[in-house]
Amino acid sequence: MGSSSSNLNTIPNSQELMQETGFSAAHLLRLYERFEFLDKDNKGHLRPEDFEAVQELSTNPIGDIIIGSFFSPGQETVDFPSFVRILAHFRPAEKNRTRDGAQPEPANSSTGKLKFAFQLYDRDRDGKISREELLQVLRAMLEMQVTEEQLESMAERAIQEADLDEDDAISFDEFKKSLEKVNIDHKMSIHFMK
Amino acid sequence: MAAAAALLLCALLIFSGGPARASEETSEASPAEHEVSGAGNETEGGSAHGEAVITTLPIVSWKWEEVEVPYLVALWILVCWLCKLLIEANHHVTEYIPESALLICCGFILGGMIWGADKVQTFTLTPRVFFFYLLPQIILDAGYSMPNKLFFTNLGGILVYAIIGTCWNAASLGLSLWGCHKGGAMGDIEIGLLQYLLFGSLLAAVDPVAVLAVFEQVHVNEVLFIMVFGESLLNDGVTVVLFNVFDAFVTLGGAKINAAEIVKGIISFFVVAFGGSLLGFVFGLLISLLTRCTKKIQIIEPGFIFVLGYLAYLTAEMLSLSAILSITFCGICCQKYMNSNMDESSVQTVKYAIKVFANGSETMIFVFLGISAIDKTIWVWNTGFILLTLLFIMVYRIMGVFFLTWILNRTRLVPIEFIDQIIMSYGGLRGAVAYGLAVMLDETKIKEKNLMISTTLIVVYFTVIFQGVTLKPLVQWLKVKRASHSELTLIEKLQNRAFEHTLVAIEDISGQIGHNYMRDKWNKFEEKYMSWFLMKPSARKKQDRLFNAFHQLNLKDAMNYVDEGERRGSLEFIRNEGAFIDFKKKFDDEMSEAMPDIMADMSDDHGRAPPKRRDTVPSVSLELHEQSMRGNRAAEDFNSHHLLQQHLYKGRKQHRHRYSRSHFDINKDENEVQEIFQRTMKSRLESFKSGKMGVAPPKTITKHTKKEQQSKMLNGKNRSYLSGDEDFEFSEGDSASGYDASFPTRVAYRAGDGIENPAFMPDVDPSSTMHIPPWLADVELDSVAPSQRAQVRLPWTPGDLRRLSSLRTSVRSSDSFQLTDDRQGDRDELPPPPPPPPRRDGDSV
Repeated sequence: MGSSSSNLNTIPNSQELMQETGFSAAHLLRLYERFEFLDKDNKGHLRPEDFEAVQELSTNPIGDIIIGSFFSPGQETVDFPSFVRILAHFRPAEKNRTRDGAQPEPANSSTGKLKFAFQLYDRDRDGKISREELLQVLRAMLEMQVTEEQLESMAERAIQEADLDEDDAISFDEFKKSLEKVNIDHKMSIHFMK
Repeated sequence: MAAAAALLLCALLIFSGGPARASEETSEASPAEHEVSGAGNETEGGSAHGEAVITTLPIVSWKWEEVEVPYLVALWILVCWLCKLLIEANHHVTEYIPESALLICCGFILGGMIWGADKVQTFTLTPRVFFFYLLPQIILDAGYSMPNKLFFTNLGGILVYAIIGTCWNAASLGLSLWGCHKGGAMGDIEIGLLQYLLFGSLLAAVDPVAVLAVFEQVHVNEVLFIMVFGESLLNDGVTVVLFNVFDAFVTLGGAKINAAEIVKGIISFFVVAFGGSLLGFVFGLLISLLTRCTKKIQIIEPGFIFVLGYLAYLTAEMLSLSAILSITFCGICCQKYMNSNMDESSVQTVKYAIKVFANGSETMIFVFLGISAIDKTIWVWNTGFILLTLLFIMVYRIMGVFFLTWILNRTRLVPIEFIDQIIMSYGGLRGAVAYGLAVMLDETKIKEKNLMISTTLIVVYFTVIFQGVTLKPLVQWLKVKRASHSELTLIEKLQNRAFEHTLVAIEDISGQIGHNYMRDKWNKFEEKYMSWFLMKPSARKKQDRLFNAFHQLNLKDAMNYVDEGERRGSLEFIRNEGAFIDFKKKFDDEMSEAMPDIMADMSDDHGRAPPKRRDTVPSVSLELHEQSMRGNRAAEDFNSHHLLQQHLYKGRKQHRHRYSRSHFDINKDENEVQEIFQRTMKSRLESFKSGKMGVAPPKTITKHTKKEQQSKMLNGKNRSYLSGDEDFEFSEGDSASGYDASFPTRVAYRAGDGIENPAFMPDVDPSSTMHIPPWLADVELDSVAPSQRAQVRLPWTPGDLRRLSSLRTSVRSSDSFQLTDDRQGDRDELPPPPPPPPRRDGDSV
């Protein structure tokens, strides 16, 4: 696959993508290689099964949820631009780049990162993390060690901690507020190799 | 207080007057050297005693010589600690001046007094005392309380600073001083290039003791802290090697140094640093393994880390490896396993004891650093040499930090900010390690040893006092990110965990092999092999950090709850006190080893496959409790005993105090507890029966339970209850204990799901609960065995949690008790708070 993806021209809309996501050409190429590697039958898009084929993901407790986050609701496939856009959330935020207000918030800002984390929970995309949604994530992460009831009370507790308007759910603002002491840039960035 | 200290000091001086004159020839006498001379004295004294002709029986005799050394040591410890006490009493001073600086100043004063009395400095900090008796515990504490994750995340950066940075400091300082010497800036002194490099190497290392003391009081952000602190710990390996190498080179003389020697020096660095770390690691494993089997000797269990840690230090010293690295890694490695292997109280003991030792000896180090200065014999002034040293240390530290950070920032995920770099350069404090090394220099080889010592002292004072004092304002002025002292919330913990998993997943998806990937691999390995090898099976079960956080939070809430209740002295508190006790105990039970067995049992019983465990143990708070009750009989007895002792048996209380060196004895006499318990239960039950309902033999009740359970399940309330089988077993097994007597009530409670108090039983008209007189409520409480109240699922039900947490988050309600009552009042109208999650659906997804 090396030869087919060795230059940027093979990637559709590469310039726009770089502009939008902030990935360098080298990053983009590398991700494209990865994309093609995951795309076993050269469909040009990925399906959930393609993600599940990644060995390490199967041991990740919230692997399914993360795979789910790559697909917008109702869609079964993800193409390369969307794939890159999702990954762009995890680029380390850069300090010096000032963006004018007209442009949308970049994906790798702390709000962007938080948004991504938020919608990991918010499966039905209603803008709120309900108790049930939180419980699902909790259940995935703690699985064997704890009992259902403990899980429930943990979910209850977590919601209470964050829930300011007492609607028994966590909205994005509440989510953001509850995590304001956490260094999001640090916790939601990975080092993309060139 | 000052008077007392002064008095003590006077006494000390009077006492020390004699021996001091005796050991005048050794200009730097010390407790340690006293030990030698003192031992000599003692034997002489002993023989003298033997020969002394006794004419009559002496009633008392003066035996100063016999106790001299330990007496002086103890007295000095006391004096140093009193200094600290004095300093800390003046809180407004310590806000501006760091404690370490003040302690040094105290040392000046004490030193002045000794000098005034003896005209010679009797007590100085000798390398032996410092390195063997004062330093190890400080480093052990540092290793033991090291935030492991933070440390290893930043390990790369720390190593760069510790190794390259220290080498750079040593080389640049030595060479620059040599250059200035050649340029004639220092007048006529006899120091060669190698000796300059030796001097540079001993001053190169940032001192862990000084850094810790100063940075502890300035709460900078954790990354900055771990960078400076980690560097100060790990650069010891480099310092030791550099010092030894240059020391050897000085002995060999410039002519004999060739490429082979230099290569040997480099090799020795790796051996010393990695050998030391490896040794510490091995000792850490040893501690972990040992604490696996100390259940029977719980009293001395906390001692192992001190003994083995010290042995790690001494062994490394013996093999001329880096002792500091050894004991650091010993602490780092054993902390996790040790803490989960040992009993909770032992862990607390270790935590406190290690701080007592570390803080105590830190105090002594600084005081003695001050005392050591008041000695005419070591002071040689050379303005050029001293000032240039100070200047170069500052300048090269700044250059080194900025250059290395520049390199590091190219690869760091979150770059180190400019301001942080300033603080890092400014935080390059030198301390007692440098002084100890300087004193160790060989006077025959280095003519200007005293100049080096005095320069080192000045550098230490300058960095600790001046930089220490100015660091805090600087941090404030530059608005350095501070450590956030947040109360950890569950959602934060939860989210942090989610972040970790997310990052690993994203790295997997995007095909990167990064930190997260490596960490994930390590964690898996650790969980699989290390924990298996080093942890007790029971301890392995309670590993989940997230759940532990939840546990801690709940405990804290419960604590606050009780405190609040006690403060108000309100009746509600008394009524709910049982809740608190259960709360704690239930967690213990939940986490106990009994858990997996029960789970296994149950899945067998019901012929379900293990993967569905989650499903099979839904209302664990119930069954689990009953099951583990047999296992946890001792705890149970203790609790019931405690409860009874508190409320029932005031008059007849038989408090037996038994002294034992090997146990903290609580009354565990099974018979006695049982007897009291049963008698109480019987009498309570009488009143209970007459007050509530007809009595039925336990077994029929159990069946009754089952039926009622089923009907409850239809209601959707007790969806999670499985069957009455466990009850059945339980009632048979424990029918003698009197627990069974409480079964009927339990059934009722289940119906009232979430009501934590027997007074609020649904079969009693809810509105009438408000009118129960206090004494009755009290009786009610006591009539129920703790085990049984645990079944009421107090802490787990959302409603109760809300009530508990309302104490904490005052947003919800300022008066929690009122809330409780209100809730009680309108319980009927309230819809069941948690919509029962479609558990089975969720599972099938």
